[in-house]
Amino acid sequence: MSQQLIDAITDMREDDALNITDEMLEKGTNPLEVLEACRLAMEVIGKRFEEGDCFVPELILAGEVMKGITDKVKPLMQEQTDDAKKLGKIVFGTVQGDIHDIAKDIVAFMLDINGFEVHDLGVDVPPAKFVDKVKETGATMVGLSGFLTLAYDPMKDTVEALKDAGLDVKVMIGGGQIDDQIRVYTGADAYGRDAMAAVALAKQWA
Amino acid sequence: MFTPSDNWKKLTPAEKREARFASWMSTEGRTFASTEAEQEYARRSQRIKDVIELKKPDRVPLAPFIGGYFMKVGGITPYETMYDYDKYTEAWHKFNEEFRLDYLIFSGAFNPGKVFDKLGYKVYRWPGGGLAKDVDFQCVEGEYMMADEYDQFIADPEAYYMRTYMPRAFSALEGWAMLPSFFATMELPMAPALMIPVGLPPVQAAFKAFIEAGQAALEFAEAMGKADGYLQAQYGMPALPGGFTKAPFDYIGDTLRGTRGIMLDTYRQPDKVLAAVERLVPIAIQMGVQTASANNNPFVFIPLHKGADGFMSNKDFKRFYWPTYKAVLEGLIAEGLVPWNLVEGGYNTRLEIIANDPPPAASTYWNFDQTDMLEAKKHFGSWAAIAGNVPSSMLHAGSPEQITDYVKHLIDNVGQDGGYAMATGAVLDHSTIENLHAMVKTCKEYGVYS
Repeated sequence: MSQQLIDAITDMREDDALNITDEMLEKGTNPLEVLEACRLAMEVIGKRFEEGDCFVPELILAGEVMKGITDKVKPLMQEQTDDAKKLGKIVFGTVQGDIHDIAKDIVAFMLDINGFEVHDLGVDVPPAKFVDKVKETGATMVGLSGFLTLAYDPMKDTVEALKDAGLDVKVMIGGGQIDDQIRVYTGADAYGRDAMAAVALAKQWA
Repeated sequence: MFTPSDNWKKLTPAEKREARFASWMSTEGRTFASTEAEQEYARRSQRIKDVIELKKPDRVPLAPFIGGYFMKVGGITPYETMYDYDKYTEAWHKFNEEFRLDYLIFSGAFNPGKVFDKLGYKVYRWPGGGLAKDVDFQCVEGEYMMADEYDQFIADPEAYYMRTYMPRAFSALEGWAMLPSFFATMELPMAPALMIPVGLPPVQAAFKAFIEAGQAALEFAEAMGKADGYLQAQYGMPALPGGFTKAPFDYIGDTLRGTRGIMLDTYRQPDKVLAAVERLVPIAIQMGVQTASANNNPFVFIPLHKGADGFMSNKDFKRFYWPTYKAVLEGLIAEGLVPWNLVEGGYNTRLEIIANDPPPAASTYWNFDQTDMLEAKKHFGSWAAIAGNVPSSMLHAGSPEQITDYVKHLIDNVGQDGGYAMATGAVLDHSTIENLHAMVKTCKEYGVYS
């Protein structure tokens, strides 16, 4: 049944995925097995996204399906399995002055599902807030999102603030008008064109 | 205001377009400070007409969208732009006098803050309206149209928009949700069914706010007219682009269902999405026609959003986005208008699809951003005017030498046969003075056709 669930998710068949989940849980399947199927399905989807076979709508739908399944599974979990090994900690947010969040949410979701502990600060986040969160969580990575060109300078300021605070973190940036020229301008360690690039970078740095 | 001739309905699209261009290009009834300015106006309007007709003009037209950058040059904040029209005018003039562009392309950053205060606009935040004074206005993503409201929308889009959507999007207009159909006034004894609700305090309050917003909008129009009128008279700058509309999918996806909403809808209720975008085609065409005619301008600005690379598969682009967008382009062209498309993001995966199913030739203009310009020329060059694509990142963080080289590269490899205009990829909010000067200078000197 696990394979059926994986196929339903990767084929974007939302109703089937939820029905199969119900069936599996009724039959007494270990909730962890259901979650593992979800993780494997997301791996497939992530790969397809990298290869240009699926796109933002598919990621958003996958996110919805994940939410629907975890809502069913969570009440049945015997204990909080927070001991699920996390690959690393990352502080994420849209920089000061910019209130766009959709791309940030997708990236945060993909990082989370790929085993990272994501601390999402939301939008319009001043440099100091990034610094404080890194100190609080011991995160080794920071991700800065920004859609408009007004994000360039706040990204630069955030990178500087992290350096000035003496924090040993790697910074990735991303957004509609971000490219390598802006990476150099801001002093960030890397930039990514999309969510899977962020995941690849995080895995490299973990 | 463009006044159609008495025989307008009998004219062909080509004749209609000639009439609209003639009206826009005419220097009669326009004041110029000098003969030089008047001649510039004539030259510049001809220049862009040549580009639309895929000819070689006298030189490559300089037509970048200047968004917020003029504020940096003029030394004012986004807040001052939206609330202090004297400061806006001074900064706008300072910018245009510094850079001497060819056209007066509306600055997307200049908008009437007071209008949105009066209406209680919720779909956007702006400096002084939820954002700090030094930050540009931004859209607040959300589901303002609910997933189960497609049938209502499709049955009567304008009624839905006024009586369900606007009360949600504008806090001052909540009272409009109480209004029944205006058809109630079709008979004397039925009319009170509409007019009594109009008399109720919440509805009265909504109309009062609407009226005051209208008055504030007129103040804005006056300020814009004066600010642009001076520049047009002084430097002979024709105004662009005129009217506006959007692709039907963007009408729904941008600010009605929102990005997440419409993406899920394409999976959960694809037939409703298709019916809704179909329903919008005549409305989208009319929007372009009315706004362009009101501005006496042959161009209709169309910003393209949700069909960009990565935002949907090619299969979905062909199914949900392109057919109704193409229908709008054709409808505008039939009315003698020239769609001025701002192709936001990348269209690298879409070029071939459009080129295999194109709108009428020598009738559209496409300002590309992150699309490969050589590919754009290859697929579009034989049938459409193209423009672009000096990157925001290069203007902000690059050098004048880099800009000069890139502009020359564009002119040599994309503009060599005409049918091309020099532009930034995206609306320009950030640059250095030296970099923008490099772009302007190189275009004016290197872009001359022998």
